[in-house]
Amino acid sequence: MSENASADEIIICQDVCKWFGDFQALKNCTLRVQAQEVVVIIGPSGSGKSTFIRCINRLEEHQAGDIIVDGIPLTRDVRNIEQIRSETGMVFQQFNLFPHLTVLENITLAPIQVRKMKKDEAMDTAMGLLNRVGIPEQADKYPGQLSGGQQQRVAIARSLAMSPKIMLFDEPTSALDPEMIKEVLDVMQELAETGMTMLVVTHEMGFAREVADRIVFMDGGEIMEVGTPEHFFTNAQHERTKLFLSQIL
Amino acid sequence: MTTAAGTPTDRSVLPVTERYTLLGWLRRNLFSDLFNSLLTIVAVASIFIVARLILRWAFNTAEWGVIPANFNLIMRGQYPAIEAWRLWLVIYLLGTTVGLVWRLIVGQFNTTARILVAIPLVLMLIPFFSMGTRLYLMITAVASFAGYFIAGYLPIQHRGRAASYFVMAYLVVMLILLRGAGADDGPMPPVQPILWGGLLLSLLLAFFGITLSFPLGVLLALGRQSKLPAIRVMSVIYIEFIRGVPLISLLFMGQIMLQLFLPDGFPLVDRVLRALVAITLFSAAYTAENVRGGLQSIPRGQYEAAQAVGLSTYQSTIHIILPQALRAVIPVLVGQFISLFKDTTLVALVGIFDLLGIARTIIANPDWLGTQQEVFAVIAVLFWIFSYTMSFASRRLERRLGVGQR
Ligand SMILES: Nc1ncnc2c1ncn2[C@@H]1O[C@H](COP(=O)(O)OP(=O)(O)O)[C@@H](O)[C@H]1O
Ligand SMILES: [Mg+2]
Repeated sequence: MSENASADEIIICQDVCKWFGDFQALKNCTLRVQAQEVVVIIGPSGSGKSTFIRCINRLEEHQAGDIIVDGIPLTRDVRNIEQIRSETGMVFQQFNLFPHLTVLENITLAPIQVRKMKKDEAMDTAMGLLNRVGIPEQADKYPGQLSGGQQQRVAIARSLAMSPKIMLFDEPTSALDPEMIKEVLDVMQELAETGMTMLVVTHEMGFAREVADRIVFMDGGEIMEVGTPEHFFTNAQHERTKLFLSQIL
Repeated sequence: MTTAAGTPTDRSVLPVTERYTLLGWLRRNLFSDLFNSLLTIVAVASIFIVARLILRWAFNTAEWGVIPANFNLIMRGQYPAIEAWRLWLVIYLLGTTVGLVWRLIVGQFNTTARILVAIPLVLMLIPFFSMGTRLYLMITAVASFAGYFIAGYLPIQHRGRAASYFVMAYLVVMLILLRGAGADDGPMPPVQPILWGGLLLSLLLAFFGITLSFPLGVLLALGRQSKLPAIRVMSVIYIEFIRGVPLISLLFMGQIMLQLFLPDGFPLVDRVLRALVAITLFSAAYTAENVRGGLQSIPRGQYEAAQAVGLSTYQSTIHIILPQALRAVIPVLVGQFISLFKDTTLVALVGIFDLLGIARTIIANPDWLGTQQEVFAVIAVLFWIFSYTMSFASRRLERRLGVGQR
């Protein structure tokens, strides 16, 4: 779509900077993501991983640099923001399901309100998605009645209901009990296999090794190193990358 | 206090004979130790003394004749007797609407529904009611039952929406019936609101005060959180100004000053309407503050999730934020509405004959000198009945909406 980039570069971040007051949380972050690529972002706590992916759907506003999502430049223009958000799904560490709505209502709300989908059609789609994440029997429950792993799978289904081209994950398994992590990672792996473009912040190195096409290492608001999993686990270049990997593995 | 042995509250450690008996219950709850026993005795004695005083007054001293003699005045003020059928029609239709809406929203004839239907039937037992009144009460019960029954046969798809249409239609019909229309000698001659009075007026002021101030208050609460400084500042000024003045001064301002603000030649706004405007503006500021509390209890993640799935600010406010915020503040709001209901009595001080205003005219009447106690006792009981009903309904509602809360 955009002339200046190769046709299937779906996310382009060029020299993105972000300040919280005087504190610079992102320093000239540059990253280009191909369509259907799975990119895992790792790095110590406070290194700006969340801030970076939250800039991509404008939950945070960047102050310098360019972000182009699927050919749409991310500017102050509300129409652009809305368009990018409707093409981008996001899964949060704390699930953030809507507690006053049933599972089915959580999933169908945006398709009905934003995409103006017919209610029946939205329900059919939602049931299909619940089947896909493996919990069709929970459709009429409220989020508070589900386990953490089930809630996170509902949150994934809720994002997928908008048929996004890109999925952003911010530590989707960090708030889960260990025995529930796998059920969520399995859903994510299946999603990656269907060709979804994914940007995943996680500390799950097994997932990174197996599913990621590329790994990004961030530290102190900078992208320090980008490479394939083999590159990272065999010959990481930076001292800080090696230090981080040695601590986490 | 130090007790040697712990109080025996755990049933399983009690002797079998004491576990479920009345005596056992008394022992555990009222006489578990010396201090508790003393408290129980003192409390029972005080209740006994007070109750005896009240009952003695009610049955020996009080002259209840004042109530039946002024019953119509207490119920509807100066509303003309020949037009009273319109009020009964309003009540029948209320019954029918409640029945309809109940079927559509709640869907089952549960305990609360039985209590609702029982109300007119119980009122039939009041001793001094005429046979006519009893018949009308009976019709009310039948009308509400009929509403419930009919709703079961209506081909309705969107139940919630249908219910709100029924309510709105009812309110329009009610106002037309109360106010009247057409010629003075026509079938339904106009009755000026200043003639409405007594319980009728108190309930109307409270109902419209609440329903009109609620949306205004919600808008003000949202305005106070707005990103646009102009809206935010205006909301804050309004809320803080209104909260800084007593209702009575707003009522006087409404009576005296409203006309000054209106253009010359603008028809004189009815006194009752002026009072209603003051009550609404007053209540909205408090609603706004209470709703703001609810809005602040919504975690940031809810806003973010709503944005991330592509909802606009308006959509996320309507579907995500407000439903949760309002649910969280139901008890506070109902408390506020109950106070508002009681505060409407202040209109008596600006010459409007609500329940309190009527009470004051009755005791000023030479025929009924010295009956303050009886009249005010009845007024108090009437207020208590409606206030208690509101708080009862709110607790039911909370329990109903509590399903699936985090
Ligand atoms: N809303 C905010 N206001 C101020 N500082 C923030 C805010 N959000 C994040 N930060 C700061 O920005 C830095 C990066 O945060 P974050 O992106 O959450 O890191 P990570 O996700 O890698 O742990 C941290 O130092 C954090 O304290
Ligand atoms: Mg983070």
